[in-house]
Order: sequence, then structure tokens, then C-alpha cells
Amino acid sequence: MPKDGIGASTKRREDIRFLTGNGRYTDDINLRGQAYVHFLRSEVAHGRIRSIDTSAASAMPGVIRIFTAEDFGHAGGLPCGWLVTDRFGEPMQEPKHPILAEGKVRHVGDPICGIVAETLEQARDAAEAIELDIEELPAVVDMRKALEDNSVKVHDDLTSNLCYDWGFVEENKEAVNAAFAEAAHVVSVELTNNRLCANPMEARVAIGDYDPWNEQHTLYTTSQNPHVIRLLMGAFVLSLPEHKLRIVAPDVGGGFGSKIYHYAEEAFCTHVAKVLRQPVKWTSTRSEAFISDAHARDHVSKVELALDKDHNFLAIRSTTLANMGAYLSTFAPSVPTWLHGTLMAGPYKTPLVYVNVKAVFTNTVAVDAYRGAGRPEATFQLERIIDKAARELGVDGVELRRKNFIKPEQFPYQTPVAVEYDSGNFHATMDKMLELSNYANLDKRVEESRKKGKLRGFGISQYIEACGIAPSHLVGQLGARAGLYETATVRVNATGSISVLTGCHSHGQGHETSFPQIVADMIGIDASQIDIVHGDTATTPMGMGTYGSRSMAVGGSALVKATNKIIDKAKKIAAHLLEASEADIELKDGKFSVAGTDKSVDWAGVTLAAYVPHNYPLESLEPGLEETAFYDPNNFTFPSGCYGCEIEVDPDTGKVEIMAFTAADDFGVVINPMIVEGQVHGGLAQGIGQALTENCVYDENGQLLTGSFMDYTMPRADDLPVFKVDHSCFTPCTHNPLGAKGCGEAGAIGAPPAVVNAVIDALHRAGHTHVQHINMPVTPARVWAAMNSK
Amino acid sequence: MYAFDFVKPATLADAVTALGQDGAMPLSGGQTLLPTMKQRLNSPETLVSLTGITDLKGVRREGDALVIGAATTHAEVARDAAGDYPGLAALAGQIGDPAVRSRGTLGGSIANNDPSACYPAAVLGSGATIITNMREISAGDFFQGMFATALEEGEIITAIRFPIPERSAYAKFHQPASRFALTGAFVAQYAGGVHVAITGASESGVFRWSEAEAALSGNFSPDALNGLSVPAKGMIGDLHGTPEYRAHLAGVMTRRAVAAAS
Repeated sequence: MPKDGIGASTKRREDIRFLTGNGRYTDDINLRGQAYVHFLRSEVAHGRIRSIDTSAASAMPGVIRIFTAEDFGHAGGLPCGWLVTDRFGEPMQEPKHPILAEGKVRHVGDPICGIVAETLEQARDAAEAIELDIEELPAVVDMRKALEDNSVKVHDDLTSNLCYDWGFVEENKEAVNAAFAEAAHVVSVELTNNRLCANPMEARVAIGDYDPWNEQHTLYTTSQNPHVIRLLMGAFVLSLPEHKLRIVAPDVGGGFGSKIYHYAEEAFCTHVAKVLRQPVKWTSTRSEAFISDAHARDHVSKVELALDKDHNFLAIRSTTLANMGAYLSTFAPSVPTWLHGTLMAGPYKTPLVYVNVKAVFTNTVAVDAYRGAGRPEATFQLERIIDKAARELGVDGVELRRKNFIKPEQFPYQTPVAVEYDSGNFHATMDKMLELSNYANLDKRVEESRKKGKLRGFGISQYIEACGIAPSHLVGQLGARAGLYETATVRVNATGSISVLTGCHSHGQGHETSFPQIVADMIGIDASQIDIVHGDTATTPMGMGTYGSRSMAVGGSALVKATNKIIDKAKKIAAHLLEASEADIELKDGKFSVAGTDKSVDWAGVTLAAYVPHNYPLESLEPGLEETAFYDPNNFTFPSGCYGCEIEVDPDTGKVEIMAFTAADDFGVVINPMIVEGQVHGGLAQGIGQALTENCVYDENGQLLTGSFMDYTMPRADDLPVFKVDHSCFTPCTHNPLGAKGCGEAGAIGAPPAVVNAVIDALHRAGHTHVQHINMPVTPARVWAAMNSK
Repeated sequence: MYAFDFVKPATLADAVTALGQDGAMPLSGGQTLLPTMKQRLNSPETLVSLTGITDLKGVRREGDALVIGAATTHAEVARDAAGDYPGLAALAGQIGDPAVRSRGTLGGSIANNDPSACYPAAVLGSGATIITNMREISAGDFFQGMFATALEEGEIITAIRFPIPERSAYAKFHQPASRFALTGAFVAQYAGGVHVAITGASESGVFRWSEAEAALSGNFSPDALNGLSVPAKGMIGDLHGTPEYRAHLAGVMTRRAVAAAS
């Protein structure tokens, strides 16, 4: 095996340029003659635009032109990529999402004018000289109020603020209700999944460029999926054919979902560069990011669990209000439905599940997928209700979970919520977590904390999630307006080095290191011989990008497929060179040999023959060695695992300190264990951030109170413990060639309920048994208030 | 940020002259002013930097007091006051983060009088004297509510004179996002009695908790505070904490400061 093959913890080659400040991010790109864009954004959450007078502003120094909605009359709205059908068979309400506000502004941050000037400060000066007359309208922020009959409507042309009323599985609704009516025990909890802002380190940037001589548009943008942006913007917004539109997403400084979507600023810069015959650049400020990047989560749910007298789970009923914000962001409708309802069985053999979701428009920033997307919301409901059930029934939460787990021998397992789990071993990951966290000695540690005046508790969360959403024909039936395959081209060069062109996009995931490990392993050459090319529609095959923990499971599988094609052809060439039958050719450690002989030719000998075909079977084989594969998976992959969080509460202040966090994950086959561990660390940090610190808060007028890092609390290194991470309990994915399941989101999915369960456990152990639930973020003030409320 | 002129005088007299111009504003460490300028919430025509004036910098012992130049950074106070006034040095060492402490100054902080800043607690809790280019102002007279001070137009803080207590400590509960004080208590014991100053909690800015001072002057121990509490009325309520929570924290942080100083 080569030293950097599958399973090697190879150090990330891209980190050298990132850590030395030599990455090339979109804002590092400056084109000759570029102008700067500043957006005048709404300061009110809801208002009718009476007039916009740009005459004085247009005459200001350096101003090139000011654009309003009128300049985009020819363009379509920003499209939504997923159509949800409601429980009555009707399509969701789908309002237009204009590039610049048309007639009304619908959230603080809604762009009204785009000012293009020679310098950014000139553009900002001009923005202040624009005379805006906006009639402020009452804003609707609270989802329950938005659904009231007399509510203000976010979109005048819709019948209400209800986007859809979705039921899943609708046919099971009555059976679920009947199970609850007959159950020996019913447990319920109402909870919120707090609204978040992703806050990647790099804020969004868009640079539009236009080459009139070739009628060629180029957009440099901070995207997780350049081909998706090309398709959405080209086909639906600006009517540009793909061959005249190039999207480049160079180094991208984190996305977490927020850079999946097609944003107004991208279409603006692309179009305006052509109008002005001049490159235009927009760089978001951090303040702008808070009011223009898609937000996340924001669900209000009630979840109920029915159990029989022996504590077997009979049914789950989940009712959710999901905030869409003012417009439908690219994949927003899919998050509370197909990425949430399908996970409501969790790792348990609950026979009946019914999920109802009402998606609601409000005067807030659009909400869309963020690390986990729907699965954290499902997992939070399940693991909180099971925790509460164990307390109410007076049984051990570990045993209650074990009793209801799907057993290892039951896979593949068809859930009552459409999906079929291919593999998993929940007992194994739970046992591993309990072992690594020294759960057996917990009571002793609780006592030691008590002596120090601290309340210690332990929380468990057993999760299963779905990654690599697929297959395309199924997601098409579910409403996706895109396919969800992935692509790879393996371009072998004459002397044996390889360029891999992938449709995935790395923005922190380490593809430049882990993808070559697959090819190196399969061919038996050193990984340093292989480079990854990604992030440019002009050079890479049409791919769907990186999100949903899909890159390794789907993109990696495409890479395996393409590499197998390469190996097949290389064996034919080797057979010719060695004057042997193709069936007798073996490939090992980068060398082709004839079975049972000492005849061999090395990798470079074959690749050279492919490109210098002097001795080559030209009559039956084309020269060259380059293959492309598209891979469309048969099923989702289902990573799973068990998390244990141990905390101390300071009873004087309510402050929660995480003392230990243990993650035992089943990611299937792991390509680079070190990168996987890093992905888990990042996911856990964001999951703990959601549980303890992060929160987007609007006031009743739709003003964002947490519009900067002075009030929006990102988790910091000193909020986090040293994580214990294990992925030894793996069950390979059964339907992809790598056996890989995906690891990017697990931490953010599994961590929040573990943290909250731990806090509740600590309070109950200390006698605060009246505290049934605390909403996230579990801040010191909330814990103190809960302890002191009776 | 709007365009502005920048001057960096070497003497106090030149600074006063420069500040006499229309639209001139003093700049010390800039940790509050510069972010507001970047957001275009402040638009000085001229920024007069005070950090080039040698007389405004440094920590020196004068008898029973420590005199600290207004343009001395938090990091310098944390380092140079540690021997003479460890409670004050420890407070300075907890402000913001290393970048803030390397730029932000004592004078800038108290002239701004943010109700959640740490320094006002030490200045009030030490019964310090604010020395300006015009006069000397006692701490009790200086702080006049949220972001309000006794400073007149054109008046520049040059130094703060801190009487050195027998013992002192600061206990701070962080506002988790900004890491300002959600509530902080500075406790200092002097021959004449104990001072307790609470920051971050009150809508009126930093204040002295006289009930606790009386109790601690008789018995400098956390137990002396048993049964005492700050009323919630007049405390700040925001998304990080209710008035009741801040009032409660005032008691907790005072106990912790006393315990740390004991």
C-alpha cells in the first residue's frame, strides 16, 4: 500500500498555503479597471417603496451608475430549487425573490439599490445621498402571529404567510393518533431550534467580469457549488447559456451551507459587468453578512412519544413551525420536510411516525440549510423526548434507548418515514461512547463536583443522519429541481502524474489531500503524483458541489468509478506492451505484471505509451488516458453515532462548563482519519455553539438585535473541552464503492441534545426536578432563571 | 469610514489647540471610536491622537497612590501596576482580548464610560481622582450615567490617581459575545473602609453598593454579605440577562471579589 493511501492520516497539503496567508480567496482577486459595488439595504423590516430618487447621488464624484429593480425588469427572480407539495396535494406558495426590491422591502437588509463607483467609499457616500421614500408597514416576525387570519402579509400576492402545510407520512396520521390514544405512556415536550447565522470566517464576495469580444461572462464568487450557481443564475435569472457563463469559486473560507445558495449579489455583479463593460466587485462586510446571508434552523416544535407498558416506542408525533424568512432561499423548503421528516424515526424501531410542518413567511432574512440541515432539528426532538421519557418513567436513558434500537442484524431496515437504512450498529457506538467517557464512574465525579459547589450532569445523544442525498430520480419525485449525482475526471498525464477534476468543492474539507489518497490507493502510486482541480466551471465537469456531507460518499465514489475506467484501459495497454492477455494483467503498487511471470511494466511506462503510442494497439484502443465518471447513488448514506456530554453548572451564575465530550461515530470506511477527526471537531464546536451560545434574535419590529459579534455569541476555544473522538465502530455503506458515509455534519447534528440533556441531568441530580426543558441557547441567564422558577 | 484629517501632537498644549478646531475629536486607543467610524456612525473632521504625548503615558508610584497616564494601554497597566496594585492590574488584564489590551487605554475607557466597561469599577471603587488639563475630578463626580461624564468640551484626561488599597479584587461575569462585563464587582479595602463598585448592571452606569460597603467595612468576608441584595429596579435588561439576573450577579460577583481579595 502506498504511504498516503486510504486510511492514512496524511497532513492536509492545502493547509500550508492557508496557514501562511497564501490562499487565494475571492476578495484577493482584483481585475484591471474594476469598479466597486455597495448595496443600499432596507433599514426597516417591512415597507412599501413610494419612490427612489437617485439623481443627486448619481452626480456624486466617482459614481458610475446606480441600479434599481427597474434595471432588472428582464431578469427572473432568484429561483427556489425545491418544490414541496403540501398534505392536500397542492404546491407550496412560491413568491418572487427579486434581485433588488420591487415595490416592497421585506426584511432588514433587503437590497434596494446597487451603487457602482470607482471606489467603495464613493459608492457608500452616494448611497447616503439617495432619497428613499418608504412607507413603513407593520412587520410580522413571530410565526404563530404570521399564521393568524388577520396577519400582515409578507407577500401581498400570496393568500397568506403559509408557504406549505406538509404531512408525512400523511397516510399514517390516523394510525399514529390511534396509537397515542391507546398508549400506556405519552410524553411530550415543546421546544425551539434556535435561529443561527453561519458566520464563515470569509464573508461573501462576488466579482462580475464580461468579455464583449467573446460574449463571455465570468463570476468569481464565494460558492460551495459553482455549477449549481451557473445553472440557476444562467437558466433562471439572467438567461445566459452555460458556454457563455463561467463561475469560479477559488479558495473559499468556510461555507457551512450558507454559500450553497444563489444570492442576489451574484446576479447583480454578473449582469452589471456587462452593462458597464467593466468588472464590478462586491465584498460583504460582517454587518452585511448578518442581514444578507441565509440564516438557519428557527423551528418551533412539539414532539410527542407514545410507549407501551414495557416502554417500547409505539409512535412519534411531531408538529413544527418552520421559519422561511421573507423569501424562499435556494433549498429552504426541503430542510424542514425531506431532510427532517425522513429522520424522525432516528435509530429506533418506532413503527409509526407522523410529522407535520407548516413553513411560514416572516419579515426576516431567508432561512436555509446549515451544517446538518433538518437532521439536527429531528435529532434534537428525538433525543430530548427520549431523555424526558426516561425521567418520567423512572428508567435509565441508556437502557430505554438500547431497548428500542434497531438491532445490528435488522439492516437493511425500512423505516416508517420512507428511508431504508443500509447499515449501522447503534449498540456498538453507544457502548464505545460509554466506555470512552468512563460513564461507569459518573456518580463519583458528580459527588466530587458537589463538594466544589458545582452541579455535574451527563447527557446522551444517539443520532442517525442522512448524507449524500440521492438518487436523482427519487429526489426529483420529492420536489428537487436538480439532480444529485457527482462527477470526476481522471486526467492521467504522459509521465504518470494525474490531475483529478472534480465537481465537488473544497472550502475547508481537505479534498486536495483526501481525494488523491483514493487514486493513490487504487493505482499504487504516491499521492504526491496527484492533484485536485475544483471550483471552476471552465475546467471541471458538471458537478453538484459540496454540502450535505456528500463529497466523499458521492464525489469520492465518482472518483473510484473514473479511476476504475483508467485502470481497465491501462491494463489493456499493459497487456499489449507485455504481449499477454488482459485477463492475466495484475496491478499492484503501481506496477502491471503478468500473473505467474516476472514480466512487468510500471505505471509511467503505461502512461507514456498511452500518449506516445508507438507501440500501442491503435486498431482497438484510442490513445490517451483520461476518463470521466458520473455517479448517482442508489440511496442516501446513513452515518450514525453516540455522543456523551459531561458538564458542570455553576449554581450561583447558571453558567454551564463542558467538562468532557465524547463522540463515537460510525462513518463507514474512513479515508483520512485525521481529517475526519477535524471535521468532527468543527461540527461539535458548531453544535455546542448552537446549544450554549449562538442565537439570532429579532425584536417585534423585525430589527436584528444580534447584528454583530458584540451580541451574537460565537463559540470560542475556551468554551470547548478537548474532544474524545472515535470512529472505530464502523459499518461500511453497502451501496457505494468506498463504503464511506460522510462525516461533515455529524457533530452539529448530534451535539445539541447531548448538551441540553446534560444540563437537565445536572439540575435534576441537584434536586431542581421542576426543570423539564431549557430552550437553546442554554445561556447562564436561562439556566439561572430555570433553577429559580417554581 | 468618512475621510478625516489626522494629527498626532507631541505635547498636551498642541493637542488642546488641535481639539479647539471645529469637528476635531480626541483619539486614544480607538477601540470604541474606530469601529463606530467604520460604520459611519461617527464622522470627525480631524482625529487628534493623544498617544504621542509622552506625559500621558506610564505608571508611577506617588506616595500612597499609583498615578497612571491616561494614554497607558490596558496591557501596560496589567504589567506595570501588578507590583503596587495587583487588583487593578488583574482587572486590566481581563479587558477584551490581547489585541484590545494592546491598543485600548485607561483614559479612553473612562472618558467613554460604557456602562459595561471594567475600568469604571476600579476608578470608582478606588475613590480615584481624574486629572485633566483643567482640573481634578473625584471619581464620584466624574461618572454621570451611561456614556456620560463630567468632562467639558476640550477637556482631556491626563492621568488617574488611584489610592492604593490594603487589598482588592475584581470579579467579572462576561457578557458572552462582547466579553464586556455582564456584571462586574470591584472591591477594595482601605483604612477608612471598604469600597464596592458594580459595573455592567445598572442603567445608570457604574455605581457603589453602599449597603455592601457598610457590611464589609465591619467584616471583610463573603459571609458579611449574607442577606444583602441589589434591587433589580434600575438594572439593565437585554437579551443577555434580565434586571433580576444582573442584580443577582452583583451579589455573586461581590462575594467572589471579596473571597479573592481575602
